[in-house]
Amino acid sequence: MTSSGLDTALWSFGRGAGLAALGLFTLSLVLGIIGRSGRSLPLIGRVGVSDLHRTAALTGTSLVAIHVGSLLIDPYAQLKAVDLLLPFLAAYRPFWLGIGTLAADLLVVLTLVSVLRTRIGPRGFRSVHWASYVLWPLALVHALGTGSDATSPWFRAFAVACVLVVVGAVWWRLAPSFPGRGWDRQPRRTA
Amino acid sequence: MHATGADTTMSTRLHIDWTRCDGHGSCVELLPDVFTTDDFGFPMPLSHEKEPVIPVRSRVAAGHAVRSCPVMALKVVGRV
Amino acid sequence: MTSTTAPRAAEVRGLLDPDDARPDSGGGGQISLPDLLEMLDRSGLTGRGGAGFPTSIKVRAVAGGRRRPVIVGNAMEGEPLSSKDAVLLTRNPTLVLDGLEILGRAMRCRRAILAVHEDVEAAPLTAALRGRRTELARLTGGFVAGQESAVVNQLNGGLSLPRDQARRVTECGVDGRPTLVVNAETLAHLGRIARHGPAWFRSAGTADDPGTSLLTISGAVHRPGVIEAPRGTRLRDAIAPALPIDPVAVLVGGYHGAWVPAAGLEVRLSKSALAPYGASLGAGVLHVLGAETCPLQVATRVVDYLATESARQCGPCVNGLPHLATAIRRLASGVRDDSLPLDIDRMARMVSGRGACAHPDGTARFIASTLAVFHSHVQDHLEDRCTLRGQTRP
Repeated sequence: MTSSGLDTALWSFGRGAGLAALGLFTLSLVLGIIGRSGRSLPLIGRVGVSDLHRTAALTGTSLVAIHVGSLLIDPYAQLKAVDLLLPFLAAYRPFWLGIGTLAADLLVVLTLVSVLRTRIGPRGFRSVHWASYVLWPLALVHALGTGSDATSPWFRAFAVACVLVVVGAVWWRLAPSFPGRGWDRQPRRTA
Repeated sequence: MHATGADTTMSTRLHIDWTRCDGHGSCVELLPDVFTTDDFGFPMPLSHEKEPVIPVRSRVAAGHAVRSCPVMALKVVGRV
Repeated sequence: MTSTTAPRAAEVRGLLDPDDARPDSGGGGQISLPDLLEMLDRSGLTGRGGAGFPTSIKVRAVAGGRRRPVIVGNAMEGEPLSSKDAVLLTRNPTLVLDGLEILGRAMRCRRAILAVHEDVEAAPLTAALRGRRTELARLTGGFVAGQESAVVNQLNGGLSLPRDQARRVTECGVDGRPTLVVNAETLAHLGRIARHGPAWFRSAGTADDPGTSLLTISGAVHRPGVIEAPRGTRLRDAIAPALPIDPVAVLVGGYHGAWVPAAGLEVRLSKSALAPYGASLGAGVLHVLGAETCPLQVATRVVDYLATESARQCGPCVNGLPHLATAIRRLASGVRDDSLPLDIDRMARMVSGRGACAHPDGTARFIASTLAVFHSHVQDHLEDRCTLRGQTRP
């Protein structure tokens, strides 16, 4: 493979990891809302919902690390270490990449707070965790803006699917009929 | 003295922080030997103890339940 | 009114009578921690706030910590039927403060706080507090506000709601320090023991439960009020000074207590003697039920109140207590539903032990006692032939 071939591969790999992360964060968000509702899912139960929610989020986080790492190596991306921390300073599409920087920074905070949640307590954890509703649109906008394949039909279909799913889930979350847990809820029996 | 299935000298128990519990129910799914659900959807120890004993065979599941509780209402207490 | 049914040293006045012959006005004097513990061990003083825990054990639990503790005198008295702490603070606040100071000095406390309900008159207290290091905290709240962790929560600037008991206040309480919460009456006894000695304290009461305690008597009596009586006094003798009117039963221990029927009035107010009734003296509340009053009407009002006073933090309590209140109301109003007693019993068991504090347990205890002691009256209600609709305020 030529040097530019390797670069293209790196770029595609980095881009792919990023998109996979977006997909997993979409899944995690929806599962988070399902968990909040107290509803169970067939086969996996409530435990499965929360386990999958966390696994998807952690896997997505790892993929973001791979995404960022491979783009750091890739000369075409012109990514510097400082771009990981401070937004809007990058050479390539600084605005859209800056959004990604913000998202990555937020992701680090969310991950740390999740890992340390027993020390932080449920109220502190919950208030920070709300920021995941900010993370998702940042990730989506970043993907739309920085992608060289933003016009490709596959990517568009993928993005539309993610948006539809998240909008639907959030709509449900905000509906008055959304089941609360605990004393808001109808009595139920666990399967 | 030989070990039996119920070793009462080392009883690990589950402590429930009721000010946090909101009846999510992962614990009941993971520990059907320990919990059932009451009329309002909250976990209820089958033994009617305040801090139910975790059988040895359920210790892994109990750890899972503690991690799985979305409001961190569970804690394992007693000697492990 | 003071009771004199027990032999006491003649020169020692009752708990409610201010002792004018005090050596100094600066406080209760200085006792070292080991001396204090020995004094408490020998006197056998137990808490007068309801739990009846040996005071020396409580002191040891807090005094052993590395950080200097906070001592709280608890006069919140959330139980509506109880007024002993309010009366004590009005009649003899110096004694309570002496006890608090003795404890605070022995334990090298960082802060000593007297926690009172904001409804209590401040004037006699602020006068008694002059020149002392003790702080006065006037707090808000209802029934559960007197619970140990609820008091600590409020002193820390939070709500007057109980906390999960896994984090003990004896390890982390006010300002994050080990905190000892002692009932105001217990402090008064401590002050007296420091002055007159453990042997004097033990000269009243029983060997297992020495000393005296304050009782609040209410209900179908001519002269409701607070009296002092030796521990282990017979129930009949305890309520006698209040001049009861044809008692059918006595509620021992307040809204979280249990009934003793008229046939059992000979019972001694001691742990072992009261156990068969499922009762304990608690904070000394004795509420007399007269012959004209329907016990289920009383129970309805009590359980309604207890349901309203739930801290609403814990699912079983916030859901279960209103359910119980509704069921008892139905029973009291003569609904012919034979499943009611069973449903009530089931729900009472369901809420017990499943909360951050003992509120649901106490409610369940009261209900179980009501259904047991007034079993035949419950039958009357199920057949809608109760003739006692009389209402007296509980």
